Amino acid sequence: MQRLRFLVWKEFLELRKDPKLFGVVIVAPIVQLTMLGYAATTDVRDVPVVVVDGDRSPSSRELIARFEGSRNFTIVDVVSTTRDVEPFLESGDAWLALSIPVGYGADVSRGTPVRLQLIADGSDSNSTTVALGYATNVIGGYAQELLQARVGAAAAREGSPQGAGIEPRIRIWFNPQLESRHFMIPGVLALVLLVVTANLASMAIVREKELGTLEQLNVTPLRRWELIVGKLLPYGAIAMVDVVLVVAVAVFWFEVPLRGSFALLLAMSLVYVMCTLALGLFISTISETQQQAMMTATFFFLTPMIYLSGFIFPIENMPAVIQPVTYLIPLRYFLIIVRGIFLKGIGLDLLWPQAAAMATWGFVVLALAVSRSRKRAV
Amino acid sequence: MTKALAVYRKELRQIARDRRTLLILVFVPAFFLLLYGYALNFDIRHVLLAVQDRDGTPESRTVVAAFVNSGYFDFAGAVYTPADAERLLDLNDARAVLVVPEGFGRDIRTGRTAPVQVIISGDNANTATAVLGYAGSILRTVNEQLAPGMAEVEAPLSVEPRIWYNPELRSSLFLVPGLIAYIAMITAVASTALSIVREKENGTIEQIRMAPIDTFSFVIGKTIPYFIIALASAALIIGASMLLFGLPMRGNWIALLVAMSLFLIGALATGLLISTVADTQQLAFQMALLISFLPTIMLSGFIFPINSMPSALQLITHLVPARYFLVALRGIVLKGTTLQNLLPQLAALSIYAAAMLGLASVRLARERS
Repeated sequence: MQRLRFLVWKEFLELRKDPKLFGVVIVAPIVQLTMLGYAATTDVRDVPVVVVDGDRSPSSRELIARFEGSRNFTIVDVVSTTRDVEPFLESGDAWLALSIPVGYGADVSRGTPVRLQLIADGSDSNSTTVALGYATNVIGGYAQELLQARVGAAAAREGSPQGAGIEPRIRIWFNPQLESRHFMIPGVLALVLLVVTANLASMAIVREKELGTLEQLNVTPLRRWELIVGKLLPYGAIAMVDVVLVVAVAVFWFEVPLRGSFALLLAMSLVYVMCTLALGLFISTISETQQQAMMTATFFFLTPMIYLSGFIFPIENMPAVIQPVTYLIPLRYFLIIVRGIFLKGIGLDLLWPQAAAMATWGFVVLALAVSRSRKRAV
Repeated sequence: MTKALAVYRKELRQIARDRRTLLILVFVPAFFLLLYGYALNFDIRHVLLAVQDRDGTPESRTVVAAFVNSGYFDFAGAVYTPADAERLLDLNDARAVLVVPEGFGRDIRTGRTAPVQVIISGDNANTATAVLGYAGSILRTVNEQLAPGMAEVEAPLSVEPRIWYNPELRSSLFLVPGLIAYIAMITAVASTALSIVREKENGTIEQIRMAPIDTFSFVIGKTIPYFIIALASAALIIGASMLLFGLPMRGNWIALLVAMSLFLIGALATGLLISTVADTQQLAFQMALLISFLPTIMLSGFIFPINSMPSALQLITHLVPARYFLVALRGIVLKGTTLQNLLPQLAALSIYAAAMLGLASVRLARERS
């Protein structure tokens, strides 16, 4: 036990010797969470619109004002012909073009139906779908007002057209304002932990290998498990400090509701950190140089974890062939757990399969790493 | 120049010896594109829907059938109590629950208002917004079917949407260029980020110090071999995305080459700069992740629209080279944008590349003196 304490102390000393690294490990997660917390939003806001006003009448200006008044749109320019729209869409300065035809004002006051054209840049398919929906709503709402103004108060009193028929009652649970931030920020917590722990751990042992100091550790009376635990413990401790800091920022700064138990969140984070540290250790046993460790970690572990874990892209949207692959990714389980605790307030009674899968993953990888290191110099 | 060439040859020999790294640099990018290009999309289909039909009349079955046969929803099971519905939503075994209350059929037949409840799991706001739209339009269609004859007054304004560049709104056409940028970025930065710090850690930096060569030639000689590798692997992934994902090429190949080269030089120089600033390889790796990998995913407009970010953060995105590269790449391949219309982006990429090369040279010169 004492030997273990000395080793942990040595690792901390080494960390302290590199003040830049210390900054990266403590400050960076917070900066990351703040930046990513603001950036990672799939909400569509301030869509740049270019307007082709072929009419230039008070009524066309009123329609444009509707778009200006909506916080979903920003008018970038008003041009006269459809041909002028192209450079805006080509350069990406506008995503949407609203075309108001000649004679629009006269038609509206006469009561002739008018067709407005909306040209959308389809290259961002997701935002475009949403933006088209918003634009249709703005125009639809305005049309309704025009109709009511025309039909007059008398007809309006007679009875609204609705009465019979289906009345949709749609409720949204867990996140009624549909803020994508509430979904993304718990995910960022998982990502930040992964980035900090797996990489540090993966390089900690390879570095000793590369510098030849591993031989020195090998001839000390340390047992192998002591060596491994001693190497990983300091990083685990740092990671748990990161968890507390990051959760504090999420809850107090971004006001993400923490509906479940904080203790459970901490416990689950500990299991998860064990997984990521085991992963780092495993990477270091299969790499000879730090360069190889970095490449292996980035390409074969970090990237798949970011893209295939459900962090950004929902797993249920993926093709059926890919979906089984996602079960190999511990982040998948942790994301379900964190989001469940944060947004749904659920506990272990529902989350135990995820927790069990994650713990199993951690033990298997740790065992793999230890058995690999037995054959080698560690 | 001959000195730069000598560094170039030495670097090339070193790369050739480390086979694993070389293979990773050339072929893994193409494999990645294959995997992720196929896996990732925003097209929301097959939403798991649980149904609680408390009415059990032909009318209520019409509503349920309309949802299940719409192509957007998959039937996840029938539930009988609100607690069951809650459990399914909690476990993500259903993303939405359709509840048809008792008396629905009778209300429809007698011409009264008949409520239908749809509960949507809002945890993923993006999916939920789409599901909201699907549910609304399905209910409107069913409404016309079940309660016809509702006098529709012709609206004074109607909308005729036209979608350019990607008329079917396939999200892969949007995401694949982003993946190209991400893959090119990490390959380039990963190949240079450790190059100098490794020599620092191993003590061989002394040799670089003593070498009779000016710092700038040294930087150039170190960059060129990786530039060639990165360009080859970029060509491979662009070719693959055209063959496999139907990425069009509506613009000019030269424009693409220029944009790609500027972007890669900037990325390689970023790696070199990291390598001169960091004292350990561990730190270099962390810095590479923090200042190049993550911003390329999060702050470039690859996935998350820049317009929706707070304005302070939008300012920061101007420092992310992938931001400009993505506008150029999407412009060239999807929209056929000409070089003239991309001048601001190309200028920004050039400035970034020049600044990074300059900074890396200055830092390295200080390291050597």
